[in-house]
Amino acid sequence: MSQTHSIQVTINGTPYAHEVEPRLLLADYIRQVVGLSGTHIGCEHGVCGACTILLDGQAVRSCIMLAVQADGHELTTVEGLAQDEKSLHPIQEAFWEAHGLQCGFCTPGILMTLVPYLEENPNPTETEVRDAISGNLCRCTGYQHIVDAALLAAEKLQSKA
Amino acid sequence: MKPAPFKYFAPASLEEALALKAEYGEEAKALAGGQSLIPAMNFRVAQPAILVDLNRIASLRNIHKNGALTIGAMTTQSTAEKNMLVAQHVPLLHEALPSIAHPQIRNRGTIGGSVAHADPAAELPVVCLALRARMLAQSQSAERWIEAQEFFSGLFSTTLAADELLTAVEFPLVEERTGYAFLEVARRHGDYAMVGLAAVLSLDENGLCRQARLVYLNVGDGPLEATQAAASLLGQKPSAKAFEDAGKIASQEDMQPFGNLHASPQYQQHLSAVLTQRALHLALDRITQKATHL
Ligand SMILES: Cc1cc2nc3c(=O)[nH]c(=O)nc-3n(C[C@@H](O)[C@H](O)[C@H](O)COP(=O)(O)OP(=O)(O)OC[C@H]3O[C@@H](n4cnc5c(N)ncnc54)[C@H](O)[C@@H]3O)c2cc1C
Ligand code: FES
Ligand code: FES
Repeated sequence: MSQTHSIQVTINGTPYAHEVEPRLLLADYIRQVVGLSGTHIGCEHGVCGACTILLDGQAVRSCIMLAVQADGHELTTVEGLAQDEKSLHPIQEAFWEAHGLQCGFCTPGILMTLVPYLEENPNPTETEVRDAISGNLCRCTGYQHIVDAALLAAEKLQSKA
Repeated sequence: MKPAPFKYFAPASLEEALALKAEYGEEAKALAGGQSLIPAMNFRVAQPAILVDLNRIASLRNIHKNGALTIGAMTTQSTAEKNMLVAQHVPLLHEALPSIAHPQIRNRGTIGGSVAHADPAAELPVVCLALRARMLAQSQSAERWIEAQEFFSGLFSTTLAADELLTAVEFPLVEERTGYAFLEVARRHGDYAMVGLAAVLSLDENGLCRQARLVYLNVGDGPLEATQAAASLLGQKPSAKAFEDAGKIASQEDMQPFGNLHASPQYQQHLSAVLTQRALHLALDRITQKATHL
């Protein structure tokens, strides 16, 4: 095993410190070392979007970033969206109500893509939503219900604001 | 798959990064956004012994204007896309940036990384060549500016030396009576395009074509400049016929595309001819629009 590096990251508000090999992918660190398996790995080369997380508030692919690179940064994963075990984030509620998922494999990546997107674009059109999720592949839904859910989420967030 | 083992350095200054390049040369690969390099490492197509991560070098992330617009190599594509100076002074770059992959990827991918990677299907090398951008190459002992025409030297290759890093890209500011357009055809927005081009058209005081540049992506082993098509426009009054002819010359004489998974060579030529005409019309419209604003 090659030399390890110590890293400190904050994930969903909780600080973590670990020794990692430089070749450990951030997605594998989150899933296997920290144990947060909500972040999914589909393709491992940046194409499918299932591994999307927030790095300092911005959506990024965690499968094409190294865990060492996250040292000193704040991450948010899908587990960090809901306030507590009993509630859902408004975007999650919208996906539930509008049937925005079937198998759910792509869902964490889509949610983490939409969170910062809807903050910046609170009132998107259908076309804009389709463009915003163009980097996320879904093999089940045909996207229509995801788009509906995203538009419903925008409405919910607007009425909360 | 997972990357093969490597040694990792994350220098906090350019000096330290250049010292590492001086010591290890070709063995040490720069890690910029990682959006091309890490997928290649995951596939084990790339197995660098050493990675020099440039992400902690704050001095490489900046955009400033004085006579030209200079963008630090580590500026992310999404930062450049949202920057007002870029939109105002290098509109061709502003127009091309959203065609690179998806927002999540542009949040990490950098200007310098895309230019240094020199992927023949990439947007930025085409924009750099069409605008005659210059690249700043620095090593521990020296620095030099490399013209875009000298920088791209074939499939995924550049004239950067083993001990050099690309530290900035300098774009000339948009000139008077000059219009531009970036167009591409991809199967899905964000995918690598089947064909695309950057067009720059300049008129003289009499409305005749003073200069034209047409540079294509994914039809050669690097950004491909259609010099014969551009020459056919010189001194001409812009017209639908002149643009159609330029498209024909570009697609039939300036390029010999090899085709790819999604498009045969003939289809790439067809698309090139159509896109050339559209881009030239758009560039011309933009000159006229600007003129009526004045
Ligand atoms: C799903 C997906 C779709 C994509 N679609 C497109 C697309 O449509 N168009 C497109 O253009 N790109 C596309 N890309 C690639 C683009 O996102 C990358 O950002 C870009 O090609 C490389 O930039 P980077 O900063 O990520 O560089 P990296 O991946 O970090 O580096 C790329 C190469 O350049 C070298 N390098 C980087 N910086 C420097 C430097 N400063 N000096 C010297 N050498 C350096 C590295 O050593 C490496 O060899 C896509 C990527 C993915 C994952
Ligand atoms: S697993 Fe990261 S993009 Fe597919
Ligand atoms: S719900 Fe199954 S992949 Fe999207």
